Amino acid sequence: MAECHPVGFQWVMEAKARGAKLVHVDPRFTRTSALADLHVPLRAGSDIAFLGGIVNHVLREEKYFRDYVVAYTNAPMILREDFRDTEDLDGVFSGLDREGRAYDPTSWQYEGVEVQAASGERDQQYERRIAESGRGEAHGSGGAAIGEGEPERDETLTHPRCVFQVLKRHYARYTPQMVERTCGVPQDVFQQVCQLVTENSGRDRTTAFAYAVGWTQHTIGVQYIRTAAVLQLLLGNIGRPGGGILALRGHASIQGSTDIPTLFNLLPGYIPMPHAHQHESLDKFVEAEAAHKGYWGGMRSYLVSLLKAYWGEAATAENDYCFDYLPRLTGSHSTYETVLAQQNGVCRGYFLYGENPAVGSANTKMQRLGMANLDWLVVRDFSLIESATWWKDGPEIETGELRTEDIATEVFFLPAAAHTEKDGSFTNTQRLLQWHHQAVEPAGDARSDLWFTFHLGRIIREKLAASTDEMDRPVLDLAWDYPTKGALAEPDAEAVLAEVSGRDADGRPLSAYTQLKDDGSTSCGCWIYCGVYADGVNQAARRKPGEQQNWVAGEWGWAWPANRRILYNRASADPEGRPWSERKALVWWDADQSRWTGHDIPDFPATTPPDYRPPAEAKAAEALSGTDPFVMQADGKGWLFAPAGLTDGPLPTHYEPQDSPFDNPLYRQQRNPVRQVLPALPDNRYQPSGSAPGSEVFPYVATTYRLTEHHTAGGMTRWQPYLAELQPAMFCEVSPLLAAERSLEHLGWATVVTARNVIEARVLVTDRMVPLIVQGRTLHQVGLPYHWGPNGYTTGDAANELVHLSLDPNTHIQETKALACDIRPGRRPRGPAAVELVREYRRRAGITDQTGTEI
Amino acid sequence: MGVRTWIGSWPVYRQLTGRDPLGRGAAAKSARSQRLTSRTSTADKAVKSVCPYCAVGCAQNVYVEGGKVTQIEGDPDSPVSRGRLCPKGSASLQLTTGQARKYQVLYRRPHGTDWEPLALDTAMDMIADRVIAARRTGWQWEDDGVRTRRTLGFASLGGATLDNEENYLIKKLFTALGAVQIENQARV
Repeated sequence: MAECHPVGFQWVMEAKARGAKLVHVDPRFTRTSALADLHVPLRAGSDIAFLGGIVNHVLREEKYFRDYVVAYTNAPMILREDFRDTEDLDGVFSGLDREGRAYDPTSWQYEGVEVQAASGERDQQYERRIAESGRGEAHGSGGAAIGEGEPERDETLTHPRCVFQVLKRHYARYTPQMVERTCGVPQDVFQQVCQLVTENSGRDRTTAFAYAVGWTQHTIGVQYIRTAAVLQLLLGNIGRPGGGILALRGHASIQGSTDIPTLFNLLPGYIPMPHAHQHESLDKFVEAEAAHKGYWGGMRSYLVSLLKAYWGEAATAENDYCFDYLPRLTGSHSTYETVLAQQNGVCRGYFLYGENPAVGSANTKMQRLGMANLDWLVVRDFSLIESATWWKDGPEIETGELRTEDIATEVFFLPAAAHTEKDGSFTNTQRLLQWHHQAVEPAGDARSDLWFTFHLGRIIREKLAASTDEMDRPVLDLAWDYPTKGALAEPDAEAVLAEVSGRDADGRPLSAYTQLKDDGSTSCGCWIYCGVYADGVNQAARRKPGEQQNWVAGEWGWAWPANRRILYNRASADPEGRPWSERKALVWWDADQSRWTGHDIPDFPATTPPDYRPPAEAKAAEALSGTDPFVMQADGKGWLFAPAGLTDGPLPTHYEPQDSPFDNPLYRQQRNPVRQVLPALPDNRYQPSGSAPGSEVFPYVATTYRLTEHHTAGGMTRWQPYLAELQPAMFCEVSPLLAAERSLEHLGWATVVTARNVIEARVLVTDRMVPLIVQGRTLHQVGLPYHWGPNGYTTGDAANELVHLSLDPNTHIQETKALACDIRPGRRPRGPAAVELVREYRRRAGITDQTGTEI
Repeated sequence: MGVRTWIGSWPVYRQLTGRDPLGRGAAAKSARSQRLTSRTSTADKAVKSVCPYCAVGCAQNVYVEGGKVTQIEGDPDSPVSRGRLCPKGSASLQLTTGQARKYQVLYRRPHGTDWEPLALDTAMDMIADRVIAARRTGWQWEDDGVRTRRTLGFASLGGATLDNEENYLIKKLFTALGAVQIENQARV
């Protein structure tokens, strides 16, 4: 955090100055470790074992916050009889279809009821939910259809099939000894972490976990964060000040670009993109994807309001509000499948908006080969990044694998405007929207992406205006009449924000998503952002100085939803609505005023009293009881066990990374059985793992990371002289022991090899990389910053050349953080010899297109 | 200039008589540096902004003089950042006004060996034609007998460095065009 979010880290130091203890768990020693009370180096790719060990400690030593756990989590819920845990099936859950490499999650549901997830893969139950609801109608049934009613509970937490007991059994073998064997963390250090975390949790104290892509970029990444969620729920650290699981996101608006997604599987506000189904309609979609209880019960209102924002007058009740205009998914269309679609000629054109996949995406060679097979490519950036110039000076031109004259791709480079040259909002890592005002006009041909997208749409609509083809209706019916200003005809960004925030039937700004209707009388471009333009005022541009506000600082910017700063903060009060302790008071029930109040804006229906119990027929927010703080969840509770939404299991389980020098010490199942394995094309080969022959060819573990002075793929830093001077060269970090083992010289060169590719880097021999004892033998790890590429003031090989395309099955994110590799002294070979070196490694390891693809 | 002033401008004199005996501060100041003023004090305006790098969201004051950005500093009013910027944020003046930025549309024709300049209007028109064609080529009314109403003919990547309003328009336009392969760094 000190390394990559230095200014945010000032608050950690403030806490430390007041007595907080800081633990840093990271394979390498960084600026964060230097300031921590305890640095815990661990094997990259073993965090679920580490966190699962803490979960086991908390359960075994009875350190959990019992009142919180019973009232606010699903610990008391009874699971179905046919559920089988990884302890029963040696590393897999019930429902695994080995042929289809997928789970049927039905057996993970609660006994007798079926709940829908608040996020994740909500389409996996589509057919069954539609069938169930249809049957209910056909029978005109009086009884509750599946998915309604309250799950059975055992508040003593002793029922053998209650979540709490299942959790206990699941983690029983995650002992300190197992943590030491798996993670390379000595037992006394691990015990120290357990003690610090549990001593600092409870009524009077809270512990926070902060993480970044070190947790997400794995073939089991979502479950890393789920393990932290399980732990934090057990300790009562969610929804309370000083608690939480904080995602430290790395781009100015990466949170915003997930909320208002440029992502294949989402519509604005985390409404799922529809998957293709027979006879799909708006009603069927909502029936299948939405929860009945909680705020997702309002999905129809959010979606109809979005369709009204998209298609305006054309969206009517008669035409299902243009629901059919939405393109449908069939499986994953993530950026990595798109690369394959480029290579096989399906995807012909590609837009890059401020992104540099030739350096920043996994398996950069595959990225470039994809782009080399396009008809056209549009690159919008500040400078000539590698993704714009690979056709004349990319690595494959050097090796002779591509020849410039043979590449048919037409490339357009369009200079982009900077943040100082346009109005707009970024959403930061704490969900805070902050407006930046235009200071000057962009020079020359530089334009904002708002300008580019608006005018591209305008021109396309003009060209298609005379079309009568049904295919063109959605783009011709689109509400696309934004006001423009100035000599450049820049669209008015505030007008777009106003559309996002929402309007009523008379065009008046809405102030809260609770006002959204499903009858077409409201429009709203992103329901969770509803109210950011309340009263016709740009709330994101509010800048009341922090010193003039309380510690919540609610009048600086605007946080979604409804300007709440801490999500699920109902959990900061006990079931009766009183703060768990005065020290940790945040919101509480004010009986005199009959409403929730406090320092933050309550994340709960404002007038629902703690003793409210909903009638059986209640729906959506009205179905939340006064003690259901997790208002987005179908049961109002925090999920220790996830009965829906995940593709790879209801409980986090340790699996080895795709390419690992070790066998899984916990189960016979080596890897996440349903991880996404993209085809092992010649440039995307996987490696043998553990005790499989050939594994010894790649004995080390590489992990990639960032430095303070550079930003992701370098497009915004390698062209800046100050920053280039501060971090002037690609390097790798190795321990003195590994340096001795492989004859690596400090400041000399090293070559790093995987089954995909080979790179070179300057050697930094340092005690910051600590060799670990894992499964009884020494493991050396190699640290690789991933900012470099061949262009800019400071150049070097891209670490992402080494990465394979085996992905997390929930998020389709690549496994950049734990890769088995080899390292050798000296520079890498040039020209065709570089390709030959990689081939030789594959031969030595006996790698085929089947290697590593087994379930 | 009187003798007294002349002597007073001599650094050694100031060092011996003033409160800077080591000659490291006021005594050593030249007439030129005496006259220097900060760019922030002469700016025509300070515009409120946000750092474009990571997601902490540090507040910036962007100083403008003569229609140009002359300085970018942290905004002390922010309860998020309290005026601080990291090395990247501090270098954002170089990011926005540095020599490495391009201001000209460039075009590489199929099989071409180098860039050619291209007018922005022409580029926009050409790109629009290509989108329409690729969309049509990759169009699928259905897949495996189920309605999809989409195109796999073109894709887009990027958004985490953009504004919310820009992402909103990208998703809206490309979805209306039937594209599904719309992605950004949040996946990477």
